[in-house]
Amino acid sequence: MNLHGKSASHGIVVGRVRLVQTTALLIDQSSVQNVDAEIARFRACIAKAKIGLEAVRDRALKNLGADKAAIFDAHLLILEDPELVDTTVEIVGSRKLNALAAFDEVARQAAAMFEAMDNEYMRERAADVRDVADRVLRQLAGVAVTDLSEIQDEVVLVCRDLAPSETAAMNPQKILGILTDLGGKTSHTAIVARTLEIPAVLGLRRITEVVTNGDWIAFDGETGEVVVNPDDATRAVFLEKQKIEKREKLELMTLVGQSNTSADGRVTQIVANIGSPEDLPGVRKYDAAGVGLYRTEFLFMDRTEAPSEEEQFQAYKAVLEGLAPLPVTIRTLDVGGDKPLAYLDIGHEDNPFLGYRAIRYCLEHPEILRTQFRAMLRASAFGNLRIMFPMIASLEELLAAKEHLEAVRKELVASGVKIADHVPVGVMIEIPSAAIISDILAQHCEFLSIGTNDLIQYTVAVDRLNERVQNLYDPFHPAVLRLMRTVIENAHKFGRKTSVCGEMGGSEAHLPLLLGMGLDEFSMAPTSILRSRRQLSGWTMKEAEALRDEVMKQSRSADIESILMQAEARKRNDLKGRPST
Amino acid sequence: MEKTVRILNEEGLHARPAGLFVKKASEFVSTVEVRANGMAKNGKSIMALMSLGLAKDAEITITAKGADASAAVEALVDLVAKKFQL
Repeated sequence: MNLHGKSASHGIVVGRVRLVQTTALLIDQSSVQNVDAEIARFRACIAKAKIGLEAVRDRALKNLGADKAAIFDAHLLILEDPELVDTTVEIVGSRKLNALAAFDEVARQAAAMFEAMDNEYMRERAADVRDVADRVLRQLAGVAVTDLSEIQDEVVLVCRDLAPSETAAMNPQKILGILTDLGGKTSHTAIVARTLEIPAVLGLRRITEVVTNGDWIAFDGETGEVVVNPDDATRAVFLEKQKIEKREKLELMTLVGQSNTSADGRVTQIVANIGSPEDLPGVRKYDAAGVGLYRTEFLFMDRTEAPSEEEQFQAYKAVLEGLAPLPVTIRTLDVGGDKPLAYLDIGHEDNPFLGYRAIRYCLEHPEILRTQFRAMLRASAFGNLRIMFPMIASLEELLAAKEHLEAVRKELVASGVKIADHVPVGVMIEIPSAAIISDILAQHCEFLSIGTNDLIQYTVAVDRLNERVQNLYDPFHPAVLRLMRTVIENAHKFGRKTSVCGEMGGSEAHLPLLLGMGLDEFSMAPTSILRSRRQLSGWTMKEAEALRDEVMKQSRSADIESILMQAEARKRNDLKGRPST
Repeated sequence: MEKTVRILNEEGLHARPAGLFVKKASEFVSTVEVRANGMAKNGKSIMALMSLGLAKDAEITITAKGADASAAVEALVDLVAKKFQL
């Protein structure tokens, strides 16, 4: 049987199912004779739950870091909270109700109280109360707490959903993969799976209904494809893909610590695209030379109000401090288009990609931009900050954004806040108008960064989310490549460096072409870095420039694509067997 | 013994600061009560404190009763005033 879910964490897995069922607890309202004994039993169960929860906290501290473990300190306080414990004891005493029913009643009321609060953060705490209460209820009912830390065989975990305390308790060495009915790419489980590099497909809706313990399962965390009890042929296909994936990963890991240089020694930066401080382990593991694009919009998503200056400061500081002295390029809020936010009140637009988004919105809501600048500049004291603006179409927009930045800088300096002496400012080149006037923009900023996803869609006039014109969205279009070459050359004329941070930045096929154009920095998903490093090491500038000239002579994108694909494949095969030096 | 103090940290009385408050309050034998928005809550209960839903700039009155009441109030006021930085 085949199922399809949401890709949450990449990797190929073939393994046996461990189905984790959350059995509903039977809670009856029976009364107790010996009230004192019941209260003593209740207190003993709290103590046992505490031991379990402390183990979860310690494991989280070890596997996930202090940040993620902090929530379990709060869980421990909830567990022994007098409001929960004393009220339960009182009910057992006064109504002679059994402790299970009494505690369930009290915990439900507490969760409901949080759910009724008018602040999203507090409403989410209801889940914490339920998570903690569930531990105690299971102790009281004598039902085993689902303890994923006890899993000793290597298994594929299949469950409806995972609570934070459950994911924290897992032994990542024993969990080959995770499949759940609920959840999506940004859910807690997905984030933890990516942090621990456990392949995962979520949102499968009914996987828990169609598998049983011991079933075989094969899945691809990248495509979201899941096969239950695969036949021999399918199994062999997955195992082969897995073998290739593993071998390549090992090979690539030998490149950690090496420099990002072409075969003839030209140094190029290969840096990472990230969305939050949670991506830092990957940035370090894959040896990025810094961050070329920190997308701040994730901080603003899935919530009901904009994050405070303090919250932003903490996130930016975590990244800057965590990677210092490596450079970190933070992009100001890029919302609208395909990333609408309810509380920003952008409203419905017929053409959101041509509408009110990114810097256009921010310049009309300077309070949002200035709060972001304050947080960034305060964080600049802890690392090597660079700031860039998305969706710049004209010099006026760049100058307006820089004015706000300067005003905030002066305010902070005047109030004695410590900030970096110098913070380079750059422009994202995503709109053809910006590419065409890149010589003008380059004189008013310190670096340019080409966002290819948008630059392509605006150059060829294709909405990249409209499926009917997907075939026209063309990263090999000569017009796109000419624009990019213009940008790089214009930047160099004024001594500015240029980076590419869209999908094309991590495309091995484009790498030699961009190298030949003189690109200074490639920014990409951390997992693509070592592959690009290997490809880069195979090219001399002379070869790359010859390839560039050949490509730029072509009139058709199909010809460009085949030239680049062949060149890349040829080089990759040459490089693969070669021992690293 | 009681004192009024303003919450200065950006996130207000979220789980982490509320947890630190409870831990500190529990170091004392005195009872601790926190009053705000016309409600009085047990200062040794993280859930009670969070249920006040206090944001930055809210004023709270901390009252303690017992043998070490004044030390408790001083320590807690200090914690809040220092934005819960230990």
